[in-house]
Amino acid sequence: MTWLADHWRDVFPLLGQHIWLAGLPLVLGLVIALPLGWAARRWRTAYPVLVTTSGLLYTIPSLALFILMPLVLGTRILDPINVVAAMTVYTVALLVRSVADGLGAVPEDVRAAATAMGYRGLRRFLAVDLPLSVPVLTAGLRVAAVSNVSIVSVASLIGVPQLGHLLTDGFNRAINGELITGIVACVVLALGFDVLIRVVGAALTPWTRVGAGAGVQP
Amino acid sequence: MKRTTTTLALVGVALLGLTACGGGSSDPLSSPAASGESGGAASGGAIVVGSADFSESVVLAEIYAGALKAKGVDASTKTNIGSREIYLKALEDGSIQVVPEYTGALALYYDKAFDKTEPNDVYDALKGSLPANLTVLEKSAAEDNDSIVVTKETAAKVGATTLSELTGKTGDLTLGAPPEFKERAQGIPGLEKTYGITFQDFVPLKGQALVQALKNGQVQAANIFSTDPAIVVNDFVTIKDDKKLFGSQNVVPLVVADRADEVSAALNAVSAKLTTEELTNLLKATDVDKKDPKAVAAEWLKAQGLG
Amino acid sequence: MIAAIWAWLTSPESWSGSDGIGARLLQHLGYSALVVAIAAAIGVPLGLWVGHTGRGKWLVSAANAARAVPTLGLLFALALWVGPFIPGKAAFLVPSVIALVLLAIPPILAGTYAGVEAVDPAARDAARGMGMRPAQVLWRVELPCALPLLWSGVRSAVLQVIATATIAAYIGLGGLGRFLIDGLAAGNYVQTAGGAVLVSALALVVDGVFALAQKVIVSPGLTGGGPAGSGRWGRPRVRREIVLAPGKPGEASGVVPTTSA
Repeated sequence: MTWLADHWRDVFPLLGQHIWLAGLPLVLGLVIALPLGWAARRWRTAYPVLVTTSGLLYTIPSLALFILMPLVLGTRILDPINVVAAMTVYTVALLVRSVADGLGAVPEDVRAAATAMGYRGLRRFLAVDLPLSVPVLTAGLRVAAVSNVSIVSVASLIGVPQLGHLLTDGFNRAINGELITGIVACVVLALGFDVLIRVVGAALTPWTRVGAGAGVQP
Repeated sequence: MKRTTTTLALVGVALLGLTACGGGSSDPLSSPAASGESGGAASGGAIVVGSADFSESVVLAEIYAGALKAKGVDASTKTNIGSREIYLKALEDGSIQVVPEYTGALALYYDKAFDKTEPNDVYDALKGSLPANLTVLEKSAAEDNDSIVVTKETAAKVGATTLSELTGKTGDLTLGAPPEFKERAQGIPGLEKTYGITFQDFVPLKGQALVQALKNGQVQAANIFSTDPAIVVNDFVTIKDDKKLFGSQNVVPLVVADRADEVSAALNAVSAKLTTEELTNLLKATDVDKKDPKAVAAEWLKAQGLG
Repeated sequence: MIAAIWAWLTSPESWSGSDGIGARLLQHLGYSALVVAIAAAIGVPLGLWVGHTGRGKWLVSAANAARAVPTLGLLFALALWVGPFIPGKAAFLVPSVIALVLLAIPPILAGTYAGVEAVDPAARDAARGMGMRPAQVLWRVELPCALPLLWSGVRSAVLQVIATATIAAYIGLGGLGRFLIDGLAAGNYVQTAGGAVLVSALALVVDGVFALAQKVIVSPGLTGGGPAGSGRWGRPRVRREIVLAPGKPGEASGVVPTTSA
């Protein structure tokens, strides 16, 4: 890959930008989706409303959301915050359902046992419900991460640099090496996020590694 | 159970930590354009040179920034912002302070009734029509005009060397051009008003995709810059703009008025050296030889004794 | 701003002509239908085969991994590499269609496979016990039982294609994306916002139609929850609809929409 050999110094800052623009919204989106998902589980009528509304957000084309964010937020048009905000919207759209379904997957008897042991309210949520819903949450986060990495590349059409710049510039100047580098870098980054989320998810759920039937479940 | 909670709290921290690794100095949240009051360029701070989303504009922006740095001005670039309609907004909201422009097109943007065609008339009229917070420095001799080009075969078929002669012969031709060409006064509306030319269809394309589409016959006419080396490389024929619809388009630095003093010496020196031929060579280096615009700019500045 | 968008959306002028809303809507629907039809013609048989035989599971994993390829890059690559070999106007259509088909296959394939895989072995055994041949088991038992998940996969593919077809406008495709790309290039934010509203509305209406269709095509024996469990607008509530297959938590991620763009 001669193109990459000559330009790897330019690729790294773009990769850094991409990590920020795709990663930060994952964290922000999770923080916002947790209370929403909890509410969707807590009140029966809230579930269809929240899940449908968040699904609706996902149908807004990303390019339009990027372009219109400055009008909504009052930011400058080249501000990367526009991309972070738009990506957070998509992350929330994907995660509300994951959080709600993850909490719903916590067995009722486990919750009852926790209550009997004195866990209540927020403490029970943080110590019992949330950890037990990590597997579903992890699955949702993985989908969101892959989706974010792909969508962020569209931001190069509005002048916010990240790996997508390699795609548009490679296309506009017909440089195959640059275009391929952009695609491969996006895939590698998406897989990197995926591995990281899986590793963290597994670290948070040590009981899933215990062999079937062996040992006592927490 | 407690341990799990603690680890969970670490997820966010871990994720943040990872993302921070890649951030470094390129942290988008601390860029010069970080959110703040919009409107009016703040004085002080580094100069950011913006560019449109085509190679020539990018390489000119790199040249401007390089010349500024050589004179000790703290300058950086923000390239590939988009069309004129977009980067002028960025100039107004303070995200950038300098952008390479073209006299005629810029004049028409601010004055829809603009009709001058001679380079000096265009330049003088432009200075009069700019908003108070923007100003142009010295114009260069380098011209890059919009042009309508066709393949050799099409040129022979329609038998036209000027746009006037093309009138009435475009009924079965498809025009390819950047999307903004559709609405611009010097675009499709201008072709119709000045020459009575209407194409059968319009396909919005730009860059090499447009060149390829013309070469492969998906479009029969294309709006390509007169400096584009693709015209020579592919034996395309430029149809002469005999009624000067596209006017004069000298390359000129457009700058925020209250920063003009800091940048004028360096940028006027660039304009003094820039010619149409130089521009074509620069574009050949980026688009045909596929060299990095930054490197091409640095090489040129060095050769001109400006780097 | 909102008043201006409304004015644009409701003015007869913006609806008429070859680049009006009416024509763009029809183009967008046409591309999307074509893409989903091709993707389903590939994804459904493949998913049924993998689910029925248990062979080639790597195909499903590979398709899921392929989602990491940025759609914008895929579009550009196909436009640069495939476009020149196609004569005429199809040169703008074919690369976009291929890119969108590749985007739509993973959810359909994953949904179909997950649906067949989740069929209760008892139902399968019963069918065999009744003397059904493998093809009959597939056609009369596995396919009907897989329909809810298969349909979820199709629906999420449809939503993604409708949203993503917009960026194909950058490489010369028509459809509603033109309002976004041309609006951006001309600095006309009203047109961009109006285009976005149209895309979202189209996605909602089409998803609503698919939700209704689901009521018709899915056997009532599978929708245990009765009318409350199915046919709701928005995302299908997969886990509640399937009585035969409770499924592992997280497994349903195969049918969660991924890359819209």
